[in-house]
Amino acid sequence: MRLSYLLRRLGFLVGVLWTAATLNFVLPHIAPRDPVAEQINQKVATMGLTATGIAEQIESYKEIFGLNKPLWQQYVDYLWRLLHFDFGFSIVNYPRTVNELIAQSVWWTIGLVGTATILAFLLGTLLGALLGWHKSPKAMGALIPPLMVFSASPAFVLALVMIYFLAFRAKLFPLGRPYGFLTTVNWSSFKFWIEVAYHAVLPALSLILVSLGQWSLGMRAMMITTEGDDYMTFAEAKGLKGPRLFFQYGLRNALLPQITSLAVRLGAIVSGSTLVEVYFQYPGLGNRLGGAIQALDYYVISGIVFFMVMGIALATFFVDLLYPFLDPRISYARGT
Amino acid sequence: MRGFFAYVGRNPALGWGLGILIGLLLFTLVGRVFINTEDAYGLATKPDLPPGLDREALAKIGEMPTLKGKLDQLRLGLRHIFGTDSQGKSLLASIVVGTGMTLEIGAIAGAFGLGIGTLLGFVTGYYAGSLLDNVVTSVVDVVLTMPGFLILVLIASSVADPNKMSVLTMGLVVSVTAWAFPTRAIRSQVLSMRERPFVMMAKLSAMSGPEIILKELMPNLLPYLVMSLANSVYGGVMGSLGLQGLGIGDRRQPYLGMIIWWIQYYSAFLRGMWWWIIEPVSIIILLLTALTLISFGLDEIANPRTRRSV
Repeated sequence: MRLSYLLRRLGFLVGVLWTAATLNFVLPHIAPRDPVAEQINQKVATMGLTATGIAEQIESYKEIFGLNKPLWQQYVDYLWRLLHFDFGFSIVNYPRTVNELIAQSVWWTIGLVGTATILAFLLGTLLGALLGWHKSPKAMGALIPPLMVFSASPAFVLALVMIYFLAFRAKLFPLGRPYGFLTTVNWSSFKFWIEVAYHAVLPALSLILVSLGQWSLGMRAMMITTEGDDYMTFAEAKGLKGPRLFFQYGLRNALLPQITSLAVRLGAIVSGSTLVEVYFQYPGLGNRLGGAIQALDYYVISGIVFFMVMGIALATFFVDLLYPFLDPRISYARGT
Repeated sequence: MRGFFAYVGRNPALGWGLGILIGLLLFTLVGRVFINTEDAYGLATKPDLPPGLDREALAKIGEMPTLKGKLDQLRLGLRHIFGTDSQGKSLLASIVVGTGMTLEIGAIAGAFGLGIGTLLGFVTGYYAGSLLDNVVTSVVDVVLTMPGFLILVLIASSVADPNKMSVLTMGLVVSVTAWAFPTRAIRSQVLSMRERPFVMMAKLSAMSGPEIILKELMPNLLPYLVMSLANSVYGGVMGSLGLQGLGIGDRRQPYLGMIIWWIQYYSAFLRGMWWWIIEPVSIIILLLTALTLISFGLDEIANPRTRRSV
């Protein structure tokens, strides 16, 4: 791998983080309203100045938006705090920090989104390759319209339909939540894991259906293009058998743009899961974000958004680093 | 025009997409004749009614002396044809008005995305390698790596009171991230097109840069531009649905995403109110599928290489 490629990717990573941090800082400054002050005022109005932590909150508010310092210094301080992952306190759940809230929910999101993405990627790629393969039965073409509808729909809208039909009417799956209402959390018990997996089926399914369409339609187009290449004709003329032709010649080469898409789509996948979590009351970052939006808990909103942007940017960075190993044909002398 | 219809006949994706979209436009435009707009807002009628006609009201149509009276009576009769929600909104009225509002947001995002995308895409593509190109391309790459929806959440939760957010504000908010993708897509098309002989020819005959962009490149990229438009509209609609699905925006307005938010708020799925769920969901899926089909169909014109060769 060329050093310049690595540096370029690293530059993007820093660029993305810096942009997100700056937006976090600038928006409350230029916005016509001040969500933090609004929320604190409301708290003072309902509970009085003596309510627990109000004084500290006002203090930390003044400190974070450093009202008594020059603007450039406020900005530098803010970046410095973000660099140390200091996102401040939750206004609604004072004195819990945003970090505590993130730590509580991040694993649920990683588990759900990670599993759904890996499954959708594998299934969708294989399905798409089969759809594009000239020896596949023609009847498979009937799958394309439904795949297209799924790929166009937002995951949370599909989630709603599934909650109604599969959970409420057919009673096949729970309506939401990560585990049963009365279950005690016990990560060392196998039964608990099964229960968690059972509760994750519907949220994961709604995410998988949406991505499945996108992965398979993309893969189908690439497979058709690949099949037109000369080396495929040559391999077939050599007398290579179907499976080898399909996996090692077709699929292997058509797969590369899928990896690029993975890097590009991560953001959309995480955004989609945010709403799905809200609609399934799944205790991940998205649900936290949804709750913070309802309560106008600005530090939690901006902290979680920054954290998610960071996670996506890092994941994209690693997928990008992986790419040159998968595709030795491309020279990275001048970036992508 | 006849050529257009003949082409659409051979391109079913484009045909279906345009057909559904025109159908939805007619639904929201013609639908307005049969509804009373006020029924789309709270406390208009009885809550939680399943779909059905109000036969009593319909029977009285004949008794009304004036045409306006007859129409009003017809509106009363059709009020519950899609059922009502828990706030006593007529779902027919909500969906007719909401589809229009959501399309408006999409149109704003589309105009914004395509406008800026075209301008930046053509200029950076034609003057590739210039300082402007380097700056714009880097910004586009950074914006594309950021999860657009989360940025929208951040912006929407700090702009003016979300409860007073108008269709225009909502449209502008979702446009913030809509320009980056068209810019990159158009730029890459221009990059490949600018090496073609007819552009060389134009250069040799001393046409200026802007002239070449307007007269030679743009007409050739028209299908591509329309495709970018469809994509931007899709992005805008999707972004607005997501924001409204989280309850951001004016909750009294019957945006399609807001209808979904209220479904969840009143747990309509636990109360077996299937009509409240199925109707807006179908409209949303139809609208988004139509936009995807249009973009898919135009892709076939824009990139003839992806035409179904098998």
